[in-house]
Amino acid sequence: MTDEGSQPLAGRTPLVDVHAHFYHPASGRGDWERVNAARLRAGERIGIRALIASIIGSWGHTSPTYFPSPADVTAGNDAMLALSELHPERIRCYVTVNPNDTVHAREEIARCVERGAVGIKLAASRRADDALLDPIADEAARRGLPVLQHIWQHRTREWPGQEISDGADLGALAKRHPRASFILAHIGGGGDWAHSCAAVREITNVYIDLSGSGVDRGMLDLAYASVGASRLLWGCDITMETGLAKLRALEAVGLGEDELAEIRWRNAARIFPHNALPGIPTSGVAARRTDAHVRVSQ
Amino acid sequence: MIDVNCFIGGFPFRELPHPDPDVLVRVLAREGLAGAWVGHLPTAFHRDVTAGNEALFEALEPHRTVLQPVPAIRPDWPHWQLALAKAHADGARGIRAYPMQWGMGAHDARLAALAGACGEIGLPLVLTTRFEDVRQRSALDVSPDLSGAHIRALVRADPNVHVVVTCAGRALIEESHWGLTPDERARLSWDISWIWGPPEDDLAHLVQTLGADHFRFGSAWPLRLMQSPIANIELLPDTLRSSVVAQLGSWLT
Repeated sequence: MTDEGSQPLAGRTPLVDVHAHFYHPASGRGDWERVNAARLRAGERIGIRALIASIIGSWGHTSPTYFPSPADVTAGNDAMLALSELHPERIRCYVTVNPNDTVHAREEIARCVERGAVGIKLAASRRADDALLDPIADEAARRGLPVLQHIWQHRTREWPGQEISDGADLGALAKRHPRASFILAHIGGGGDWAHSCAAVREITNVYIDLSGSGVDRGMLDLAYASVGASRLLWGCDITMETGLAKLRALEAVGLGEDELAEIRWRNAARIFPHNALPGIPTSGVAARRTDAHVRVSQ
Repeated sequence: MIDVNCFIGGFPFRELPHPDPDVLVRVLAREGLAGAWVGHLPTAFHRDVTAGNEALFEALEPHRTVLQPVPAIRPDWPHWQLALAKAHADGARGIRAYPMQWGMGAHDARLAALAGACGEIGLPLVLTTRFEDVRQRSALDVSPDLSGAHIRALVRADPNVHVVVTCAGRALIEESHWGLTPDERARLSWDISWIWGPPEDDLAHLVQTLGADHFRFGSAWPLRLMQSPIANIELLPDTLRSSVVAQLGSWLT
C-alpha cells in the first residue's frame, strides 16, 4: 500500500478507463455531485489519466435509462460535454444515442463530435444486430469513432427495462462493419462472460472491455486466452475497486509489461481518434484507422 | 489479517482455476494475509454434507497453521448434533450453513436450533448470500439469494450466536442490521467481498453508519479475486481508511 499523495495505486504507466459514467442534475438523484466527485477522487488515487465517459439520458428519471427519449439523450450529452470541458485534462466523452431515433442519433453524433466527443455509446435501446444500428455503425466507421455497446453476457432470455444484446449480437454487427471498432462492454458486468469470449474470439474489430462489478476468477484468464492482450481494454464502469483489482490480477496471472501497457492504454490510443485522449502518448502507436480525425481541445 | 470467506474445491457451474489449498496458501501470502477460514465449496451443493466435511479436514490438514476449516452442518439431517460436536472437537473455526440451497425458510425451527447450538459452543455461524451474480447463474442453479429475514431470524434465535454473513451488498446489510436491536446487531458481522467501492462508496457509507467493527475481510476466493476487497479498502476516503485498516488488522501497513 502506498502513502497518500505518492505513487498512484496502479502505478504511473498511462491508464485509460474506457467505460466511465457521470451523473447530472436531471439524473434524479440528489447525490449526483458527490458520486461524480468520488469517481474523480478514486480515479486520481488509482492513477487514471483519461476517463472516457457517458451519461445515458436522465438515467431513468424522465425516460427509461435504456430507452431514453431524444430530449433526454440531448440533455445527457450536453451534461457530459460540459463535464469534459470542465476537466479537459482528464475527461473525454462518448455521445450517447438511441438508434430508434435514427435522424436524431445522427444529428447528435455530428453535434457532439464537433464539441469533442471521441466515441459513440449504445445502451440497450435496440438489439445490436438490428439493421437500425447500421447507420450508427456507418457514422462510426466514417468518423473513426469506436462504439461502446452495452452487453449482457449471454442473453438467455429477455430482461425487463432493456433490449439486451450479447456478444453474438454485437459480433453480427461488427462483421457487417469491419471498418468500425466495437467495444464489448463490461465483461464483468453481468451474465456469462465465457459465452462472450467465445462469441467474439475471431471477430477482430471487437474489443473486450474488462469493466464491471464482477471479479470472477477465471474471467480475465479466459478473455486473454480468447482475444489476446491486443483486444482487451481496461475500464471500471460503476465499481472502481474492481477495476483496480483486475489490473493487479492481470499482473498476478503473468502478463508482461508490454501486454499490460496494451490493455492499460495502447489499445485505447489505437481505436480512439488520434490525439483524442488526454495525457496519453500517441507516438509509436499505430492508429487502427488513419482516415478520420476528431479535433479535441488539449 | 484473516480472510473469513474462502473455499477449496470445485463449483458445479463453471471451471475455477486451481481451487486448491496449497494455491490458497500462496495467494494469501502474496496478498499479505495471515490466514483464512475455509469451507468446502462442493458441499454447499451436496445433500449430505458428511463426505465434503471429511474432505475439507483432510485437505487442510497440512496447512492448518494458515487455513482453518469451516465445515457445513445441515440441521435437517439425522445426527447433525453429533456432526457439530465432532467438527468442534476437530478444530472447526466456524460452521457454515446454506439454508437457501437446502430449501429451508427463514423461520425453520431446525435452523434456529443450529444457531443455538453454535452459540452454545461459541462457533460463529457463517452464511453465504450468493455464490454468483444472479444474472449469470445456470438454469440449474435455482436457489435465491439469502434473505434478510433469514439473517434476522438466525441472529434472534439465540442470544449467544454470532452470525457472519458473506457476499452481501449494501441493501441486504442495511435491512438486516437496522432490523435488529443493538444487542442483536452486536452479534452480526459482514465480510466486504461484495460491497461496492467508489464511486457509489457503499463500503465507506456502511463503515460510517454501522461502524467498522461490523466488518471483516473476505474475498469469496476461489470464486472471486482476492485483490478486489483489498482494492476496496485502499480506495476508501483517507478519513476512513485508517480506522478500517485498524479494525480489520494491520496487514496493509
